[in-house]
Amino acid sequence: MSFRYREGLHRIRAHALYLPALLLVVLGALTKSAQFPFHVWLPHAMAAPTPVSAYLHSATLVKAGVFLLARLWPVMAGTDAWAWTVGLAGLTTLLVGAWIAIFQNDLKGLLAYSTLSHLGLITLLLGLESRLALVAAIFHVINHAAFKCSLFMAAGIIDHETGTRDIRRLSGLNRSMPFTARLAMVAAAAMAGVPLLNGFLSKEMFFAEALSAAPPVHPLFNLLPLAALLASAFSVTYSLRFIHGAFFGPDPEDLPRTPHEPATWMRFPVEILVLTCIMVGMLPAATVGPFLDIAARAVLGEATPDYSLAVWHGLNLPLLMSMVALAAGVALYLALQSRLREGMDGPPLIRRLDAQRLFERMMVFLSWRLARALERMLGTRRLQPQLRLMVGAALLAGFGAALLRGVGPGNLSPAAVDPVIALVWLVGGGSALGAAWMAKFHRLAALMLLGGAGLMVSVTFVWFSAPDLALTQLTVEVVTTVLLLLGLRWLPKRVEAPGARGPEVLTLTRRARDLLLALGAGGGMAALAHLVMTRSPPDLLARHFLERAYTEGGGTNVVNVILVDFRGFDTLGEIFVVAAVALATYALLRRFRPAADSLEVPEQQREQGGAAPHGAAGAPVADWLLVPFLLSRLLFPLMLLVAAFLLLRGHDLPGGGFSAGMTVAIAVLLIYMIGGADWTEERLRLLRPRVWIGAGLLLATGAGLAALPFGRPFLTTYFAHLDLPVIGQVPAASALVFEIGVFALVVGATLLMLVALAHQSVRGRRAAPRAPGEG
Amino acid sequence: MELVVSLAIGVLAGAGVWLLLRPRTFQVILGLGLLSHAVNLFIFSTGGLRSGAAPILRRGEAGTLADYADPLPQALVLTAIVISFATTALLLVVPLAARGLAGTDHVDGRERDR
Repeated sequence: MSFRYREGLHRIRAHALYLPALLLVVLGALTKSAQFPFHVWLPHAMAAPTPVSAYLHSATLVKAGVFLLARLWPVMAGTDAWAWTVGLAGLTTLLVGAWIAIFQNDLKGLLAYSTLSHLGLITLLLGLESRLALVAAIFHVINHAAFKCSLFMAAGIIDHETGTRDIRRLSGLNRSMPFTARLAMVAAAAMAGVPLLNGFLSKEMFFAEALSAAPPVHPLFNLLPLAALLASAFSVTYSLRFIHGAFFGPDPEDLPRTPHEPATWMRFPVEILVLTCIMVGMLPAATVGPFLDIAARAVLGEATPDYSLAVWHGLNLPLLMSMVALAAGVALYLALQSRLREGMDGPPLIRRLDAQRLFERMMVFLSWRLARALERMLGTRRLQPQLRLMVGAALLAGFGAALLRGVGPGNLSPAAVDPVIALVWLVGGGSALGAAWMAKFHRLAALMLLGGAGLMVSVTFVWFSAPDLALTQLTVEVVTTVLLLLGLRWLPKRVEAPGARGPEVLTLTRRARDLLLALGAGGGMAALAHLVMTRSPPDLLARHFLERAYTEGGGTNVVNVILVDFRGFDTLGEIFVVAAVALATYALLRRFRPAADSLEVPEQQREQGGAAPHGAAGAPVADWLLVPFLLSRLLFPLMLLVAAFLLLRGHDLPGGGFSAGMTVAIAVLLIYMIGGADWTEERLRLLRPRVWIGAGLLLATGAGLAALPFGRPFLTTYFAHLDLPVIGQVPAASALVFEIGVFALVVGATLLMLVALAHQSVRGRRAAPRAPGEG
Repeated sequence: MELVVSLAIGVLAGAGVWLLLRPRTFQVILGLGLLSHAVNLFIFSTGGLRSGAAPILRRGEAGTLADYADPLPQALVLTAIVISFATTALLLVVPLAARGLAGTDHVDGRERDR
């Protein structure tokens, strides 16, 4: 072992992540090798045909885990953590597996649990921190494969020839299939560790290691020899049970088939394997020696210890232990006779610890009871508790962070209070509180107050150097208000007035709780905002954008350049969201069925005859809203002009696709509201919002894709300044196409939503039963 | 100045949360509107409140924060305004459709069990 190598090992074991890495590796290996407490799966994975079980349980699959542990042994072993996790898991599995195996009534079940036990033995050897133990572990991997495979196949033969694997029904097969019986006996003896067979050799090595294991970890490891002896005795017992139960005793009765020797080729693999057991057991150095050497050197390299593969090591303690174990195992089998004959399924003492049942209970608990309990506690079909939880969680997170990390005063001294802004927010705050108060009693008032608060937000934006935001906020506020106004019509009438009926105690408590939450949220937001504002903002990104907006984006309106150029992809995503929302709204409203009490034509419309189209004969007041209607029609082209202006100048001055699109929407809305749905829809038939949406999305995406043929990434803009006649110099960036796409989409989406909602009144009118005096 | 705006944010958020927890759909819609005002103002305020800063670059110039307003929060808020418009529209229409089916404007689609 070179110095650098040892240095590397030391660094691995001293590393802070060594323990997590070890735990993860061990977890994987133990699960793979079915070690306690992850052994549940193995005995239940026996549904496969016997050759497959033999392959899975003895040779390959479960050995992969111990194989991994063995390969990682030089690097990761040698610490207390390794000894505890690997050693303890191995020891537990060794004893528990063997104990359970004794009481299995299924031949394959017995073999499966004995496999657990032997894998536990290998794992324990790997956990012992001795190089000789590692050699013993590798040796036992080979030996176990040989005898367990032959036993599985023997069980398969018995199953095939008799039709059952139940030890309680099987008996006396020695007479009907003597040759198979001999083979199985040799293999079982190897499993029990009878001298002159291969199992004996690795068991000897195990005893030697258990005796000499220096217990650096814990005095508990002093009991290791005792545990080894016990496990060994158990293995003798279950081997005896396998042989005695199946092959001896009286002739079997009422078996599904009459037993006889199997076909020669069916027995052939077993013969080879049993021959291996005998050869290795008698002439270990000559047969398995070279293979074991290669395997051990692959793991340990230069550090492979000297080991002796002799059958006879003289009269020593391990040999004595072997003899004691054999005798104890036979004695235990005899002592357990009556109990075994009762045919009780499952081992005594730890029957209640049936891992499968525990596992199932755990799954039931996790997937059913816990889930149900959590659902009862947290989940609800009702919206309000969920929102309360959300607000509460946000409050906890905010205040918790403030408490844990502490909050200091900011580094900026506050600017002097401007009376205008103070006044603006006196109005704005009043509007917000008013909206909160009136939302229940007077929806129209609340809606207007909401609009008031929005206007104040807009004023604040313009005051603090954000004209683009102010413009967008203003137009969006108008459209939102109209949208909500259109929706008001379909809400139920509420006759309740403030203070009309004293609310119940329960309601009052609920309100007090909500008020507390609202106060907490408002106070928290205010405090947070104040803390943020009194600190100097970071300018890393701001500087980036400010420096590159003109030189690389070709626009002087930095915000707009960010939206259509630097972060154009975000905007693209955003307009797709808006399009999706508009289509969802449209789809929902197509199937809209107004509630019965909203169907009636409103009183105002009935009296003024507004329900009839403009100028229609028979309308009592044919010219209602005539002057505003004319004005709005005059205003319409002007507003379109404003929109075009906003759209074109967006790259350099406040404006842009969003505000331009909103302006067009407002223009149409104005006509819609004053002129009535019928008149407008008739004339604006050409205005097909869905086409606008599609065109907008295509234009915006196309503008992005146009960069690709030039070898530039998606959404790279190109810009130049065009000199047009009459108009003058016009900045023409390819971003303008993108902008037009955004514009078209906003127009289409907004109109689609608004028209869909407004159109309901037409449908509602048609659906409504005619009022009595109407003719 | 900062105090006024942060108080404004607090009032908007408080009123919004209060309305959000009410049982009627219209109240919830208005609450969401107020809350988005509060959040937009908050995001905007992270760039600092400066009433004299220029938002538009002089032609051909690379700007600095000393002379110009921070464009990043503004761009974020511009997006947020449009998205909150869209969500408000959706939030308006879904309860309307639900009311047509359920016959109540309670947020759960049925009146609270007494």
